[in-house]
Amino acid sequence: MRIIISLVAAFFMASVANAGTLEDVKARGVLNCIVNTGLPGFSYTDKTGRWKGFDADMCRSLAAAVVGDGEKVKFIPATGKTRFTLLNSKEGDVIFRNTTWTFVRDVDVKLTFLPTTYYDGQGFIIRKSKGVKSAKELDGATVCIQTGTTTELNLADYFRANKISYKPVPIESNEEARKNYLADRCDTYTTDASGLAATRATFDKPGDHLILPEIISKEPLGPVVRHGDDQWADIVRWTVYALITAEEQGITAANADKMAMDKSNPNVSRMLGSEGDLGGMLGLDKDWAKRVIKAQGNYAEIFERNVGLKTPVGLARGLNALYTNGGLQYSPPFR
Amino acid sequence: MSGVAHQASIKQVGTEPNFLIRLWRNKDTRSIILQILTMALLFAFLAYIINNAVLNLAVLGKTFSFDFLGFPASYDINQRLIEYTSQSTHFRAMLVGILNTALVAFFGIITATILGFLFGIIRLSNNWIASHIVYCIIEFTRNIPVLLHILLIHGIIVHVLPSPHQAHTLADSIFLSNRGLTIPDPIFGEGFSFTVIAFFAAIGIIIAFARWARKVREESGRIYPVFWISTGILFGLPFLVFLLSGSPLVWVVPELGRFNLKGGITMIPEFLALWLALSLYTSVFIAEIVRAGILAISKGQWEASQAVGLQRNRILHLVIIPQALRVIIPPLTSQYLNLTKNSSLAIAIGYMDIVATIGGISMMQTGKEMESMILVLSIYLCFSLVISAFMNWYNRRIKLVER
Repeated sequence: MRIIISLVAAFFMASVANAGTLEDVKARGVLNCIVNTGLPGFSYTDKTGRWKGFDADMCRSLAAAVVGDGEKVKFIPATGKTRFTLLNSKEGDVIFRNTTWTFVRDVDVKLTFLPTTYYDGQGFIIRKSKGVKSAKELDGATVCIQTGTTTELNLADYFRANKISYKPVPIESNEEARKNYLADRCDTYTTDASGLAATRATFDKPGDHLILPEIISKEPLGPVVRHGDDQWADIVRWTVYALITAEEQGITAANADKMAMDKSNPNVSRMLGSEGDLGGMLGLDKDWAKRVIKAQGNYAEIFERNVGLKTPVGLARGLNALYTNGGLQYSPPFR
Repeated sequence: MSGVAHQASIKQVGTEPNFLIRLWRNKDTRSIILQILTMALLFAFLAYIINNAVLNLAVLGKTFSFDFLGFPASYDINQRLIEYTSQSTHFRAMLVGILNTALVAFFGIITATILGFLFGIIRLSNNWIASHIVYCIIEFTRNIPVLLHILLIHGIIVHVLPSPHQAHTLADSIFLSNRGLTIPDPIFGEGFSFTVIAFFAAIGIIIAFARWARKVREESGRIYPVFWISTGILFGLPFLVFLLSGSPLVWVVPELGRFNLKGGITMIPEFLALWLALSLYTSVFIAEIVRAGILAISKGQWEASQAVGLQRNRILHLVIIPQALRVIIPPLTSQYLNLTKNSSLAIAIGYMDIVATIGGISMMQTGKEMESMILVLSIYLCFSLVISAFMNWYNRRIKLVER
């Protein structure tokens, strides 16, 4: 009887969502990170079942800051459609799933978008044998899209603006879209250009496929948290900035400890906790940023290892270079 | 309120110490007390759920409103039975979704019923091979989840069938490819309305003829081949009128464009897969219901019919099926409801039904989870209630009229 009563009591006290994600994560000892169900280079599982990729590594960086161990991450794979529901129902603490920052999502869907980790744009991939050189020639084509994404809306806008017709084939995940594209269910597949490059890298003959020159949208991709928990948003925001600042200051996974000891550069000392207590202000400890960098390296290391030119995905830094190199990646000062 | 009043009156009367216990032991009052308690619990539970939802929405800073239905949907839908563009509203997108669900449910129910009755009757036939082939089909189909049937058929269409440029074709007018089944599109010319009128006239004539034939049969025992004559009238009369009015109908034959077949009506692979899979899956359950219905009629009915010299077909038609229908209809209704609800598995292959439109993309783009899900639930409820109402009406119509 007592069990029944306590069960009923527990049920009726069931959650009211509120602030305090940091406490929840610390108490749990594990970060629940919402990632893509499978996008090579960004978040995917390798043969041993380990989550890998640009987004997956950022989850680990965040876990290192909050829980103290970059491996204490529970990856929650989500489709374009389920990701926000998973976040709002508190299944996940943060989304690192190539999610585009838009006005409606930010303002009306009540999500909090944090610094863009990857500046992207939407493109098209098509078989070279179809003889198409520009997206404007796609009149009457069948187009595969991931449903529930901004790409679906951009696609409708682009074809409307150019007064050409198309037949959409809505698909749940990148993997399904890849299969349908390869089976020629659709003439072309459209998603973020980074995703296209990553997907093409998995084809048997990547050379038979062309990514069309048109980039039809702006897709700033970055982490997302629930609206209304500013402390947690600050932690995720400054974790990303720590990665960028680390690249700027030349701090890598290998030399982070040494750089922390060397007090000649006050910017570095403040971030790595050997001077002042920035970590304490976030509700973390002094060494948080050092752990972030030691976990998966700085921004450049994460980028090059997962999607850089030497990987099969083969993306150039482009817009994602540091501002000092003509890109857009820029961190406010740690002070 | 009435519960509170009831309990208050109990307390006033309760002078003896064991009054409550006596109340409890009384069968009638006990059942009333239990009913009041159950209702109170139910309402408390509902109040808790609603309160929880309102509170959580407030914490997330979200409002509860259906205004978003009037905003532009901004996405395209590949199969639409009504006019729809990406500038149409979310409400219109929902209507497109509802019609797509209705379309697949309607065709699914018809096909499943025809297949189901065929399978059920063949299963009972004396032909060993036929009945066992159907037996294998039934066991194979009903023991595999319907989702797998949908994925399997969709997979076959998309991966096995050729691309539009190498499409299988029948007389260069019907094309089957991995983009779907494309058939010529009829364009109705002036004067086609006469053919339509003739069609309805034919239906009227058939009904009158069937009544007359029945009367003759009951009075004199003469039997007309009602089915064949009806079929003749149904197709013959409109066709005759069609020819007389100068064949006002043109077929637009699909042609190969740069990417796809242009013109014609295309049934997309998602629709085909969902329709075929749901029909097949539901038909085997219907087959078993039909078999059960027929077997439920006592052997004496068969023997009596044979004794008066009826053939097997006539026995089935006149004696067994009318009685069996009374057993068949109620479970058949459940199967129709199942088929309609199973159509929501469309989500797995990207068929744009209610769940994919208002409960999917619209919900995702506007962040109105609660509102969208309430709409989706209510729409399925309406579908189910309409089907139930129709089947209950039919059930009352065919039920045993005692004389």
